[in-house]
Amino acid sequence: MPVPNLVEIRDLHFAYGDRPILTGLQMDFPRGKVIAVMGGSGSGKTTILRLIGGQLTPSSGGVTVNGAPVNTRDNAALYRMRRKMGMLFQHGALFTDLTVFENVAFPLRENTDLPEELVRDLVLMKLQAVGLRNAAALKPAEISGGMARRVALARAVALDPQLIMYDEPFAGLDPISMGVTANLIRRLNDALGSTSILVSHDVHESFQIADYVYFLSQGKIVAHGTPQDMRSSADPYVKQFVHAEADGPVPFHYPGRSLAEDLGMGAQR
Amino acid sequence: MISAFLAAIGRGVRESVNSLGFGARTFFAMLGASGGLLRRFRLITDQVHFIGNYSLVIIGVSGLFVGFVLGLQGYYTLNKYGSEQALGLLVALSLVRELGPVVTALLFAGRAGTSLTAEIGLMKAGEQLAAMEMMAVNPLQRVLAPRFWAGVIAMPALAAIFSAVGVLGGYIVGVLMIGVDEGAFWSQMQAGVDVWKDIANGVIKSVVFGVAVTFIALFQGYEASPTPEGVARATTRTVVIGSLTVLGLDFLLTALMFNT
Amino acid sequence: MQRKSLDVWVGLFVVLGLVALLFLALKAGNLSTISFAKTYNVTARFDNIGGLKPGAPVKSAGVVVGRVDKIALNNKTFQAEVTLKMQSGYQFPKDSSAKILTSGLLGEQYIGLEPGGDTVNLAAGDRISMTQSAIVLENLISQFLFSKAAEGKEDKKQ
Repeated sequence: MPVPNLVEIRDLHFAYGDRPILTGLQMDFPRGKVIAVMGGSGSGKTTILRLIGGQLTPSSGGVTVNGAPVNTRDNAALYRMRRKMGMLFQHGALFTDLTVFENVAFPLRENTDLPEELVRDLVLMKLQAVGLRNAAALKPAEISGGMARRVALARAVALDPQLIMYDEPFAGLDPISMGVTANLIRRLNDALGSTSILVSHDVHESFQIADYVYFLSQGKIVAHGTPQDMRSSADPYVKQFVHAEADGPVPFHYPGRSLAEDLGMGAQR
Repeated sequence: MISAFLAAIGRGVRESVNSLGFGARTFFAMLGASGGLLRRFRLITDQVHFIGNYSLVIIGVSGLFVGFVLGLQGYYTLNKYGSEQALGLLVALSLVRELGPVVTALLFAGRAGTSLTAEIGLMKAGEQLAAMEMMAVNPLQRVLAPRFWAGVIAMPALAAIFSAVGVLGGYIVGVLMIGVDEGAFWSQMQAGVDVWKDIANGVIKSVVFGVAVTFIALFQGYEASPTPEGVARATTRTVVIGSLTVLGLDFLLTALMFNT
Repeated sequence: MQRKSLDVWVGLFVVLGLVALLFLALKAGNLSTISFAKTYNVTARFDNIGGLKPGAPVKSAGVVVGRVDKIALNNKTFQAEVTLKMQSGYQFPKDSSAKILTSGLLGEQYIGLEPGGDTVNLAAGDRISMTQSAIVLENLISQFLFSKAAEGKEDKKQ
């Protein structure tokens, strides 16, 4: 019987050398849902995605996908798991020497033995889902950033993955593209029956499509719940984030000396 | 002060050894991953085009000019001992044994090596390699190995072209311009250049250089820090480390091969 | 398509490389003189082979007719035993003589074969009986000095 949570993170610690990045994380990502992981820059959100994908190894603790641990030395097993995952990188990470069509066809050609005609049909359908079927012959350099992001999305879902991860999908997009992307994330998740993990700091768009939200600050989970819970939360960090307040638990000023000291007004006659 | 200096040296040595170890591991991992390339030979041939064909002009022109200079300088020196008939032999042996493989490798490091490093480094900076890994495709197999084998194939071809064009260059200067006897030029050359000892050894050298320079270029790109400065530094390192390695290997190989 | 034209250029590149290699081997090297013709071996004993090396040519009247194959020291006679690989197209009389000569004044050493008058030819495995060792420069000089000294003594006597 399949476990209810597709991805489970238990007691995860991760450090870069001596710098601890994540401490004592406990997270559940239930099947079929869109889960948003939010927090300020540098809070460790992207690191979580890389740990789930097996690109980084935790210092202690474990990540399981579908019940199987990700942190395995067996490369073949890791690659099998990755075939069921799709990842959208922050700026698209399209292969610049290939056309839009070839980019989306890449995972199909590499991981399946499907005949070319079938690949062609599948690619065109994926591009149709993101609205870029007629841009198939263009190169990444010839399309805008927002369009590149959508092509990357088509590529991430090319193999109909069980788990789709989005790394800052709204960063740097105009409002229209943002709305389109958010819409696509939700619709694709429901249409494919997959689980989506969304790392973002865009409150408005993420709250519209997420079923559950985790808030991260300095490597620890400070709050989690549904978007409604978050909006009405009394937690000072969540409040500062959701209402975009300038100062709160996350300070405005870089810590150090006071202004009086710097201007030399400390010693008074 | 001195202790800080010594600590810096120790750190440098430790980092170099680390790098060397990681490089060796990557090298063998890449070789291991190359097996699957036999079915996708097109990946290699595409790279041979980018690496080999695009280097033809610089290699050909350099070979010609080196041949010219060898012809001139050789003539001036041999003339003093009345042995200008040996000019063909001098030009051919210098090229086939040493200048062909070595100069081609140095030019290759500068032209093809830097472009490989920059390409891989920028792919890394744009997260293309990470994206490939997440799609369960091994970048060592898909990106690095085809370029490696293309370099290994292209280098001996380029070195042979360099030497051949150089011999022709020596002929043009020596026989056509200065007036050395044409028959003596070719006959002394043929008598003195041994196919196995000289030409084959030269080919072996160029293959070894191809392996070294291509892998150094690929590895520097693979290890580059994903920033503009990182890529710039990596391309410089490719040229410096690649050139020094070629010269060092040349000494080793010459000592091994040409001992009578 | 772009793919096919790339293949053509790559093919041309490889062909160019091979042509260059062939040019070097044939025009610059001695590939054309390597014959895969049949050979037969004969031996010759020398007191001193000087600087003779395996692979050195065996010439008669200046034409290359074979190569030096092996050089070994005979433990019983303490002479150098040289094996010559002769091309089958050239037959020499049994009483031919072998001399170790130097090409040029300071050049490579080779074996010069002078034909005798015997009606029977050398067969495989035969031994050339008449040999002349290499000229060792030091012996020559000491001979010269010795003869000069002897001349001086005779002048004194007279």
